[in-house]
Amino acid sequence: MSHSLLANIWFVLWCVIWVAYFIFDSYTLGIGMMFPYIAKNRQDRNQLQEVVGPFWNGAEVWLITAGGATFAAFPAVYADMFSFLYVPFYLALFALIFRAVGLEFMHKDDHPMWVKSLKWTFGVASFFIPVVLGVLFANLFYGLEIGKNGMEGSLLGLFKPYAILGATVFVLTFLNAGVAWIHVKADGQLLERANKIARVTAPSLVAALAMFFVATANRTPIFDRFNEMPILYIIPTIALISSMMVVLFVYKKKYLLALASTADVIIFFFATGFTGMYPNMLPSRLNDAFSLTLHNSASSQKTLQIMFIVACIFVPIVLAYQIWTHYLFRERVTNKDAKGYH
Amino acid sequence: MDALLLSRLQFAITVFYHFLFVPLTIGLVIFCAYVEIQHVRTKNPLYRQMADFWGKLFSINVVLGIVTGITMEFQFGTNWSEYSKYMGDIFGSPLAIEALVAFFLESTFLGVWLFGRNKFSPKVRATAMVLVAIGTNLSALWIITANGFMQNPVGYEIVNGKLVMDDFFALMTNGYAWRIFFHTVIGSYIFGAFFVLAVSAYHLLRKQYMELFMKSFKIGIIFAVFAATATPIIGHFFGNYTAKQNPAKAAAMEAVWETGEGIGMPLLIIPHEKEEKNTEILVLPKVGSLLFTNDPNGKVIGLKDIPKEERPPVAMVHFAFRTMVILGTLFMALAWLGAYLYKTGRLLQKKWSWYLKVLIPSVVLPVICINAGWIVTEVGRQPWTVVGLLKTADSVSPIPASQVWFSLGSLVVFYTVLLIMDTYLMVKFAKKGPEIHTTEEGVDHVA
Repeated sequence: MSHSLLANIWFVLWCVIWVAYFIFDSYTLGIGMMFPYIAKNRQDRNQLQEVVGPFWNGAEVWLITAGGATFAAFPAVYADMFSFLYVPFYLALFALIFRAVGLEFMHKDDHPMWVKSLKWTFGVASFFIPVVLGVLFANLFYGLEIGKNGMEGSLLGLFKPYAILGATVFVLTFLNAGVAWIHVKADGQLLERANKIARVTAPSLVAALAMFFVATANRTPIFDRFNEMPILYIIPTIALISSMMVVLFVYKKKYLLALASTADVIIFFFATGFTGMYPNMLPSRLNDAFSLTLHNSASSQKTLQIMFIVACIFVPIVLAYQIWTHYLFRERVTNKDAKGYH
Repeated sequence: MDALLLSRLQFAITVFYHFLFVPLTIGLVIFCAYVEIQHVRTKNPLYRQMADFWGKLFSINVVLGIVTGITMEFQFGTNWSEYSKYMGDIFGSPLAIEALVAFFLESTFLGVWLFGRNKFSPKVRATAMVLVAIGTNLSALWIITANGFMQNPVGYEIVNGKLVMDDFFALMTNGYAWRIFFHTVIGSYIFGAFFVLAVSAYHLLRKQYMELFMKSFKIGIIFAVFAATATPIIGHFFGNYTAKQNPAKAAAMEAVWETGEGIGMPLLIIPHEKEEKNTEILVLPKVGSLLFTNDPNGKVIGLKDIPKEERPPVAMVHFAFRTMVILGTLFMALAWLGAYLYKTGRLLQKKWSWYLKVLIPSVVLPVICINAGWIVTEVGRQPWTVVGLLKTADSVSPIPASQVWFSLGSLVVFYTVLLIMDTYLMVKFAKKGPEIHTTEEGVDHVA
């Protein structure tokens, strides 16, 4: 395979790994955000912990793999993305650390202060992860202020209204996924409490996503390619329709379908952004000459080839055993018997 | 302080923190997997109780190993972007493979083990723990393959001022990496074993849960004897190899200034880097040459034959090496003595109770030893990031120092909190002993 073809394949794989991360982690992040509000007592907390416990850690490895794949296949993108966006990446890191600790250590001690502070640690950290990652990806779609001397934009400049809108879409999508997951995996009073949240967040997602796409059309170069090839508009359209399906299925109480629809939103949201960015991976808003593309940042042919073979072998294996663990834990977690992390 | 110094400080602190947790994870998981297998084989409910008790301690510790590991992956990009650009073609692959091959296995099956307690058969739980053990130990292989390249670059070519992979097989069979791997991983088993011994000693001294902790002690002591004996032997070959591949580091380890044959091994000296000499108090003649070359008259290259700007900090490497060797010797002595006491039935005798009492605080020593070893490896690599190819000063990201202050300050505060929490929980659950409640469930399940 030619170097250019391999670089293109890796760009697609790069997109797929990110999307896999967001789908697998979406419901845990969503449940984390609503955790302090809907878990009223120890049993509720146990139940929610057990609903996400067997899966979330394996999901997070997709994020680590996304980082590793960026490093291996597009070292220059990895180096510049992480150093240009230094502070946001550390914020995301701290949130990832505290999400894990909050969730797993919450019930390791019975002191009310311990439990309460870790409950909020888990909740707040779960909120920060989609906010920071939402801001990051919105900025990638928007373009960064990369000049001759690297990053010229300020930290606060990253938190522009467009990026906040992107973060809102992330937060709402994950909240809906969380509610759907609770309905699929749990029983008891949590279902009703979660339902109340979805009745607000599901319609809000449609509105936020529509606004985000309008802003994308007005403020970013993402849709330039779409204008050249109008057929591509089908991608954001499916994203928007999927968000409407979330509303429909939430109100019809078909939660497995609602869950699938949030996954569709994630897939087609990123498909829109990545299609618009292509072949840029770290686009410069100032001058396209400073953009990092998949071509000027890709690793050598040999590295891409080896990594491609490794990915072809191990990605299916990982997917297979992760799906198998979902099958293993297919039973509903009942409020009465849930033990959580103990 | 500038971004370079701050970033170096941050890397040192974060990698040190990370390696407080990781060796225990690597060591303890092997123990847990062994106990799980024994449970399936013998159906003895005592093994169920042991697996749950030690597994719980493992599961607390592994959380911090994982989260502090994410920091490491992030900061190659955030703080060492120039290094990442220069090295990414080679360094990125092992990191990605580590996630794909090892981390997924570890994280996914830890979930199966933790939440499968009352759901799955002993076989499924044992399989899960074995897969966690494989994942954990494999992850060490990949990260050390990446690290080995920095110590001893192989299988590369330089294209447009960047390192490019030429031979993946050479990267994978790097002699330096394999020596570090076995030395580090089996060294980590020392920590796992001494942790088991310390906790067992605590309960044995209080005469509680005797059966469980005698059995744990027995497995722990076998593990300790093996690991504490094997690690220095591998270390010896590693030392030979270092002297050949990386003479500056080897010379700093023994503070050798003049190239010569029949070099002594200093037991107690004070190196003076400016004057390029040592104040010698106690030196074993010819042993230095013997250790590095397997020949008492072998030739060892001295630091004076290495340009000043390519020498590592001598005193730090020298004393870290001494710390490691002294502690390693102590572990061997403690392990063999414990094996003797156990074998001859003297372990619980009153006159030997000091031994168990010594074991309890000794739990902190392996972590000091292992990190001293890494100081030798990593500080001994200076001033290079990639030996002979890229200097540390040229590796740092072009970032303002203020940003590094932010990350460094936050990390120190957060990590301190995490360390306090982890220590508190580990001590609490270690002292509490096995849960009788879960035992009954375990027995039911087996029946």
